[in-house]
Amino acid sequence: MYRYDSIDRQVVDERVAQYRDQTRRFLAGELSDDDFRPLRLQNGLYIQRQGPMLRVAIPYGMLSSTQLRRLAAIARTYDRGYGHFTTRQNMQFNHPRLEDVPQILAELAEVEMHAIQTSGNCIRNTTTDQFAGVAPDEHVDPRALAEILRQWSTLHPEFAYLPRKFKIAFNGADVDRAATLVQDIGFWAVRDARGELGLKVIVGGGLGRTPIIGSVIREFLPWQEMLTYTEAVLRVYNLHGRRDNLYKARIKILVKALGPEEFARQVEAEWQHLRGSEATIPEHELARVSAFFADPPYESLSDEDAAYEKAVADSRAFSLWAGRSVHAHKRPGYAAVTLSLKPHGLPPGDASADQMDVVVGLADRYSFGELRVTHEQNLVLADVRKRDLHALWLAAREAGLATPNRGLLTNIICCPGGDFCSLANAKSIPIATAIQEKFDDLDWLHDIGELDLNISGCMNSCGHHHIGHIGILGVDKHGSEWYQVSIGGRQGKDAALGEVIGPSFAATEVPGVIEKLVETYVEHRREGELFVDTAQRIGIAPFKAGIHGVEREIVHA
Amino acid sequence: MRSQLIRGHRVVEDEFAVVSLPEGADPASAPLPEGPVIVPLAVWSARREELLSREHAVGVQLSPTDVPSTLAEDLARLAVVAVHFPKFADGRGYSIAYQFRRRLGYRGELRAVGDVQRDQLYYLSRSGFDAFLIKEGHDAQAALASLHDFNATYQAAADGRLPRFRAAPPAREAAGG
Ligand code: SF4
Repeated sequence: MYRYDSIDRQVVDERVAQYRDQTRRFLAGELSDDDFRPLRLQNGLYIQRQGPMLRVAIPYGMLSSTQLRRLAAIARTYDRGYGHFTTRQNMQFNHPRLEDVPQILAELAEVEMHAIQTSGNCIRNTTTDQFAGVAPDEHVDPRALAEILRQWSTLHPEFAYLPRKFKIAFNGADVDRAATLVQDIGFWAVRDARGELGLKVIVGGGLGRTPIIGSVIREFLPWQEMLTYTEAVLRVYNLHGRRDNLYKARIKILVKALGPEEFARQVEAEWQHLRGSEATIPEHELARVSAFFADPPYESLSDEDAAYEKAVADSRAFSLWAGRSVHAHKRPGYAAVTLSLKPHGLPPGDASADQMDVVVGLADRYSFGELRVTHEQNLVLADVRKRDLHALWLAAREAGLATPNRGLLTNIICCPGGDFCSLANAKSIPIATAIQEKFDDLDWLHDIGELDLNISGCMNSCGHHHIGHIGILGVDKHGSEWYQVSIGGRQGKDAALGEVIGPSFAATEVPGVIEKLVETYVEHRREGELFVDTAQRIGIAPFKAGIHGVEREIVHA
Repeated sequence: MRSQLIRGHRVVEDEFAVVSLPEGADPASAPLPEGPVIVPLAVWSARREELLSREHAVGVQLSPTDVPSTLAEDLARLAVVAVHFPKFADGRGYSIAYQFRRRLGYRGELRAVGDVQRDQLYYLSRSGFDAFLIKEGHDAQAALASLHDFNATYQAAADGRLPRFRAAPPAREAAGG
């Protein structure tokens, strides 16, 4: 993975010094709340219901075991012994003290980490495929480009005060695991007919109050011009994006208002001044950064591993887990492995410091000392020998990291919601845990099959509920918490937005509603058909009818 | 503490009087004080000849919605171009500054005015501003330090610095983590 050189190190060190002084001035009363707010936000510090929350950047989701060990230490020293992995491949600490934050940032800087631009109206952490570099369906490993973009966007002087936050994601595979259609900019790393590397550029996607699938504004951008083109997009947005209404300030609203063709025309016009300039990326820079993402020293192995096959045949628990958690790898004899942060009954995405330390050990022992954070809020060890899978499973199970639910209904993607977030309409974590408890029977869960369930506590959609096969959204009705349920959303290259099924439900009703939706699916499904495909085929009417049953039962209860 | 001007990395006396135009007022009738003035773009457009015929230096102030290329032909005649920040979090002025420096080739004083505070100075100066009218009540002398918050930079910007990949390669250090 990428390692800092003296420039990277100096940038984060100078940032820590700057923020230390800003915090000092704030505490001394020299900086007002309002003036300090954007400064702390651009250093990842929110003030939430329960006090401060610090969001630490994990660029494109990659962590070394050394970095994770440091996160565990920070969780113990400055928080309550745990951290929370987010849908943007970051880590949040929910209870740091404002006055400790400069010191936390200094300790992060020692392991080449920071919290720069993890919130605020600026360019946020770049995200990508959690299987980048190892996925068999990958054409281009996008991590070097993502790193070059990360550096360019870090402390970019012109784009620190945009109309609204700005998110960029990369995909380089057949399956889009980075939700590139619902980003401010989505880049698909592709090769043209001559084998040249380039980017397909998608802008103006997003979830939130106005969910929109992004529009392609350029089919093929030579990779050398990634930064100049991004600069053009951002300049047009910075000058013309709306600033009068928070809910209309994202780039998607501008793209929609102008129309994608006109937006593209303005970007191209700006870009004509920039292409071929000093910001055009030279060959040697891509080579320099790509070298950090070279393959680890893989062994030559046969793809079949007898011990692994035998363990799968011998242990039903192991085979259930392997079926969900072991993913194909480009190298024979290797696999990528999901470590689940979705145990039934605990907040999705939370990891205790002790669990983090266990993962550190597993990564060092089985996966070249590296791991990834997924936007589904799980962890991935990307380079595990098949022969080690059984031992890895035993250790992960011991630490509560082997719930075999990757891709299944209880692998819920869930925002922090009303327990932590001051913007929330409703709690989301208790809804997730109640659903997980309802579907605690593993056989049933596996019979239901793949089902993405996403929960957001408000329209900001941090839990990506629009693209869940089932989406749950917290809404406020006369000051009390209600939940709207939608079905039929999906992520990936055929991303679709879910459709709301009828009225809102009280928190206690939600698990029963989900159960009815699942029953309707089971009743109608064809052999091998997934929930979302059944929903698409039969439409929402039968599901609505099923829910009416719930309402009647509730009335009669 | 009234607003103080930083120019050339020092706090200096501001010789310019600012002419403001209340909303709805007629640009043709705004009174012009003696001495160097900075006028809103609307006043400049309405009274360009008159302003040029005075013996005093003249500057023009833009709001975030004004278009820099409006002044393309006049830049050599202006002593100051001022860009107004209604709120420091309104970042349009940064792109406006970029356009003056890199698109229009403006070399004269580019001044940030309005809600201009210490913690924005570094970004403002990298975006091409070289003068900063620090908001009333804030200490311009103390603010000078923040012009140098960072020595290391990644990207090209209107201050003329090169992207890291065009600068001399740094030594790779033994990594600490
Ligand atoms: S979706 Fe709403 S409630 Fe949930 S974390 Fe985002 S802003 Fe907070």
